[in-house]
This record gives sequence, C-alpha cells and structure tokens, in this order.
Amino acid sequence: MVKVTFVAHDGRRFPVEIEPGMTAREAALFNEVPGIDGDCGGQCACATCHVHVDPAWIDRVGRLADDSMEADLLQFAEGTTTESRLACQIKLDDRLDGLVLRVPEQQY
Amino acid sequence: MATRSMQSGPDREEPDRPIAEIPLAEIDVSRPSLFQSDKVGAFFERLRREDPVHYCSESAFGPYWSITRYNDIMAVDTNHKLFSSEAKLGGIAIQDMHNDATNLELEMFIAMDQPKHDAQRKAVTPAVAPSNLLLLEPVIRERAGAILDSLPVGEEIDWVKSVSVELTTMTLATLFDFPWDERAKLTRWSDVTTAIPGSGIVESNEQRRQELIECAMYFKGLWDQRIDRSEGSDLITMMANSPATREMPFLEFLGNLLLLIVGGNDTTRNSISGGVIALNQNPDQYEKLRQHPSLIGSMVPEIIRWQTPLTHMRRTALADSEIGGKRIAKGDKVVMWYLSGNRDETVIERPEEFIIDRKNPRQHLSFGYGIHRCMGNRLAELQLRIIWEEIHKRFRLVEMVGEPERLLSNLVRGITRLPVKLRAH
Repeated sequence: MVKVTFVAHDGRRFPVEIEPGMTAREAALFNEVPGIDGDCGGQCACATCHVHVDPAWIDRVGRLADDSMEADLLQFAEGTTTESRLACQIKLDDRLDGLVLRVPEQQY
Repeated sequence: MATRSMQSGPDREEPDRPIAEIPLAEIDVSRPSLFQSDKVGAFFERLRREDPVHYCSESAFGPYWSITRYNDIMAVDTNHKLFSSEAKLGGIAIQDMHNDATNLELEMFIAMDQPKHDAQRKAVTPAVAPSNLLLLEPVIRERAGAILDSLPVGEEIDWVKSVSVELTTMTLATLFDFPWDERAKLTRWSDVTTAIPGSGIVESNEQRRQELIECAMYFKGLWDQRIDRSEGSDLITMMANSPATREMPFLEFLGNLLLLIVGGNDTTRNSISGGVIALNQNPDQYEKLRQHPSLIGSMVPEIIRWQTPLTHMRRTALADSEIGGKRIAKGDKVVMWYLSGNRDETVIERPEEFIIDRKNPRQHLSFGYGIHRCMGNRLAELQLRIIWEEIHKRFRLVEMVGEPERLLSNLVRGITRLPVKLRAH
C-alpha cells in the first residue's frame, strides 16, 4: 500500500492508504477526503482535483508539463502555484510512499 | 453550407409515425419543435442504442454528426486541438455563427480556440472564483429570501416569471454591478441574444440587431466610467482593466458581454424551473427532500443533469478523425448532445430517474468538459443551493398546477411558463 497525506486548507491532516497504481484523486475520493471533487471521473477534463504538491515531493511527482491538457485546464483554476497538479494525473507507486498533498480552499 | 437558419421560424411538421419505424438516415434531432414538445428524448434513446455517432445529411442547419453517448462526448469535448470552437468555422452551436448577413459578427471566447481563448477567459474568471463567490453568497441569499417572501401563498403564480427570472437577473446585476433599477434590461438582452424571430421574443433579425447594439452602447457607458478604476471585482471593471481584454474590438466586447449574460442567465433560470418540475414529477424524491434537507447539496447537480439547460455544444473537425468507429472528415460539424449523454444508461445508473441522493451527482455533462467547461458552474450551483434552502425554510411544497410551456429552441432547454401554487408548512 502507498501512504498519502492530504492536508486540508484549514490544516487538518487526512492520512490515507491505497493500492499502488491508483491515482491521488482516487486516494482522496475513496477515503472521503474533503475538498477534492473530481467531477469528470479522473479524465483530466475539469480541474476539480487541484492539489499543491508539498515542495519536498514535487521533484519526485514531477512538475506540470507545458502544453499538456493538465496545464491547459489548471490555468483557469484559483490559487495555482509552481507545485500545482491535478490529483487525477498523479499515479501512486512505492516511490511516492509518504507523499504529502495540500488541498486548496475550493475547487472551481 | 445550408443558408436556411434556425431563425427562419418553426420547422416542418414530422409526420406522426412511431420513432422505431423512421429509417435511421431520416432522423434529424435538430428540429426545434422536438425540444419544445419535449419529445426528443425518445430519438436520442434510439440513436444511443442503434447509431450512437449518427450522420444527418440534410437539416435546416446543414449536414451534421450527432454524438449521443457520454464517453464519445467526453472524448470530443476534451480534444480541443482536433475539434474547434472557432466562430469563423461555425462556432459552438449547430446554428452556424456568421452565416447571415443580418447577424452581428459577434466574437466571444467560448467560440475561440487557443491561445486567444485562454487569455480572455483568464481575464474574467476571477469574478466567479470560489473566493469571490463566498462574498456573493450572503447577497444572493438575502435577495432570494426577499423574492420568496413577496410571493402569495395558495394562489396560482408563474414560477418562471416570479422566481427563476428574478433571481438570476439579480445575481447577474450583482456580478456586473449593474444599475439596480434597470436590471430587467439584462434579462431582455439575454433573451434577445438566443431568440428566434417569430418565437415571441423578437419579430425580426433587424430588431434583434438593434437591441443588441443598444446593449453594447449601454455597457460601453459603464465601461468608460470604470476604466482605470483601481477597485471593484465586478466583471466590467475586470474586463476594462485587464491587458487581455481592455483593447477588445467592439464586436468582441459585445460578444463576450453577451456570453456572460446568457451564460449566467438562461441556464440557471431554466434549472431553477426544471427543479420544480422534477420534484413534482417525482413526489417520493420531494418527500425525501422534506425529510432530509441536507440532501440539497447533492440534489443541485442532479437538477442540472436532469434539466441539461444547454442541449448541446458543437465543434468543427480540424482534420479527418474517427469517433465511435465512424470516419469524421475535416470540416464536418460535430454536435455533442449533452442532453443525450446525460441519459446514457451505460454510464449513469437509472438515468431517466431523478434521484436526489445519487452517488456521483456531479458526474454529468451539463457544464461540458475540457478548456471550454462552464466557467460559472460554481455560481450556478450556489444559486440553486440557496434558492432551495430558502424555499425549504418557507414552504412545504411548490406545487405544479398546470403543464409547463417550453421554448422553441434546439440549444436552450427553456421553460417559458410554469404555473405553481405555494403551500405553507
């Protein structure tokens, strides 16, 4: 299992575990972590699973790729940073065990 | 390209024959009368089953492809590099933009491709950013409450006129910081933008053009007052002061305004009315809502799915491609029927039923997906949530006491009249 901790906007921490191969979006939704909507079903089509990757983890997760659908969508989200990603595009494996993701105040 | 437009009036009568007996090639779901009579659903049901990517070679809007299944619609909507929204190629509705000498050549970012779309959309999105909506919520709630408090209990009223129009107009006036006493103008301009001459809203294209120019001049006046104003989070101040939008040519300025007016008006208005119809047609759900008002949060997206206030969006193929095994040629008109996708039984469980506590209620197509996804979706949900919370505080039942009347349009799934009586707790 891969451990992921979601940190809500108000500072509450939600540690969850999920099978490798699943995405961070699924880790949040399956465990009812508040603040991740994931309206489109995980198809990189709505930008309602926006997260800020903890700076300590961003290199391992990878930054947003220019000219990707993910970047096209995230440009319209509120409060994006250089650590912004869509949780549906973060595939979890053993390398990411212990990952910390911050949930923005609200999703668009 | 066909020149006969939606604006030439009601379409021809379909001979009365069972849907199952109509040859597939003759099915044309674009006829506005099918939406006015609310009979189009049976046609979509057949297409989803027998020919989900369907070609109609002849229609009042020229030849077009119908995409009727949820997943195919998602695939087209998220492929903006292949399926264009560009106005000059026809734009975003089955009715081509720019095909009529009497039309204004409006430009709006919903009908643009990258990169211009992105820059203009970014300039206005802060108005509907979640943080801005938090500020709007108490204002909308107070105004919604005042509307409901003014209504007579037990007497027949038209819900559309008394509530749906009033509330959406007030919200829009708030977003634009529009002169309060003149806010009815916003509703009028919204109706005129999407009107078919002869449908009771405007008599001719010339009248439509005149009224829209008046609209532009009015907003130009507000713009001039607000340009260089350093504060103000209303849409006009934002557009007047953002580098991406401040130098907009006149028709682009008018187009983007109308986009925001129509986007924030018709759609929410018809969802407010549609919710009343859905609850009256499903009294068990209404009872469930009375017992568990906390379900309003999940009922709101279900209302938006159920109503599907815009029946479709259209794209134009920029290259040869394939959807669902059918070959789409470069230049083809591709219509994503959201109303059909939202009833796709292979993706949505019991799609014909209105269920206020669905498991994944926000998974629907009504807002579209991809870079053109509805910008105001959270504001729409906010308005619906507030109105239902405020209704619940005041009334036991909004009782439909007559059949709703529907709009003659294949784009806006509109309810023009809805007779109701309010019942107290």
